[in-house]
Amino acid sequence: MRAIAEGLFTDETSPRLVGGRDLATGRIVFPCPESEGYEPVPLSRDGTLWSYTVQRFRPKTPPYAGPEAFSPWIVAYVELPGETIVEARLVDVDFDDVTIGMPLRLAPTPLDPGAAEPVMIPAFAPAGGAA
Amino acid sequence: MSDVCIVGIGIHKFGRTDGVSGVDQGVYAVRQALADAGVDWPQVQFAYGSSDAAGNPDTMVDRLGLTGVQFINVRNGCAAGGSALFSAQMAIKSGEFDLGLAVGFDKHPRGAFNALPSEYNLPDWYGEVGQMVTTQFFAAKIMRYMHMFGISQETLGRVAEKAFRNAVNAPHAWRRQPVSLAEILEAPLVSDPYTKYMFCSPAEGGVALLLASEKKARELGKPLVRLKAATMRTRPAHSFEVFAPSLDVVGNDSVPRGTASRIASADAFRLAGIGPQDISVAQLQDTEAGAEIMHMAENGFCADGEQEKWLAEGLTEIGGRLPVNTDGGCLACGEPIGASGLRQVYENVVQLRGDGGGRQVPGNPKTAYSHVYGAPGVSAVTILER
Repeated sequence: MRAIAEGLFTDETSPRLVGGRDLATGRIVFPCPESEGYEPVPLSRDGTLWSYTVQRFRPKTPPYAGPEAFSPWIVAYVELPGETIVEARLVDVDFDDVTIGMPLRLAPTPLDPGAAEPVMIPAFAPAGGAA
Repeated sequence: MSDVCIVGIGIHKFGRTDGVSGVDQGVYAVRQALADAGVDWPQVQFAYGSSDAAGNPDTMVDRLGLTGVQFINVRNGCAAGGSALFSAQMAIKSGEFDLGLAVGFDKHPRGAFNALPSEYNLPDWYGEVGQMVTTQFFAAKIMRYMHMFGISQETLGRVAEKAFRNAVNAPHAWRRQPVSLAEILEAPLVSDPYTKYMFCSPAEGGVALLLASEKKARELGKPLVRLKAATMRTRPAHSFEVFAPSLDVVGNDSVPRGTASRIASADAFRLAGIGPQDISVAQLQDTEAGAEIMHMAENGFCADGEQEKWLAEGLTEIGGRLPVNTDGGCLACGEPIGASGLRQVYENVVQLRGDGGGRQVPGNPKTAYSHVYGAPGVSAVTILER
């Protein structure tokens, strides 16, 4: 898997997101800051939907690096119990079927599905397959 | 201690004014405030000026007169205007000065604010995936709030409908055509649950407020509009703010999280020695329709969830129990960052003087409240009393 940035995912067959644990307070954040005060920790693959919205227009480039052709996507905040709430895309679900609290599982998705060698970005999908 | 009073107000129309720079819109507002108070520029002892994107406010001495006046520039995100006002009142409270100015102006490019990750200490990938978009945050924030407290999209629509309706009678507002609730709700979604009418736009405008000690205000013979409280606060732990790749898990997430607004509001009421039930009119930050809804509760005016009933029953209309955003707020005036918080105070002075014309709050309002909130978790509140 080719990730959009180094250090974002673990190097496993089924990757996990990498958060950062504040060595002084134990607080976990995502992504792991490039700072001596944090150690990388793999985050849970499973969580629940904390909140979301649908991005209905193509964001400005720069900084957006997605394909020119635009179709709306879901921006989700996913609570990983006892760890942190991460912002990521939500895929494999119709906009009308999204409900806060629904169980989700990490499912990295390509930024540009049409690219020859797409880069993968953080995303979740409904747990147990497509809704 | 004697009170600080607002003795002069001025405003340059909000919206788009091609060919007039931000500084010149500020100068226009200052001249109007001087005329309103009946004082000349050389009498002004100090100034605090705020602008986010339209140049250094102190350059306006070129136009106003090179009197050697003390002039301090303030940049503090969306709380810039409120911070200028806070600083100006402290200068008078200290006893150092009797008469001074808080001025704010701005002129932003058209379209949504465009931010880059590096400006916020975020990694580049955060922008590359399309998450460097402020509207996403505001939408996700209200989506969570609606889920927790049973607020409907229709209620968000009512906030926008009221804003455009109130602005019809506010000469300084930008969007002054009424828009029906149906049109607001059926308009294209920008970021669910918000349609295009439910977000404000970056804009232009200028506001000036002349502040005086009570003694000086009496000499000027102006009706005394007292600044009973002006507070500016930053966010507490665990708050949910814009451009956050993650936020903290909390023990009890079924109650609202702490915010800078809650802190600034509680402190303002404590300073003024009154409570939310004593306020006659309020201007609450409404950069999106849901912000007004959440800020009604965060500022103590109602419980979380009661907004659904308040809006349905018209309690925040100009003739209602607590009129909110009587000039149409940010939704109808747009948001020139440096001027926005001062516009709210301008509008409150207009209301307390009884000069609101078609948008005047009935019943001789005695107290007025203003509140701004913005990135990265800052808030400023004022309470005025007549």
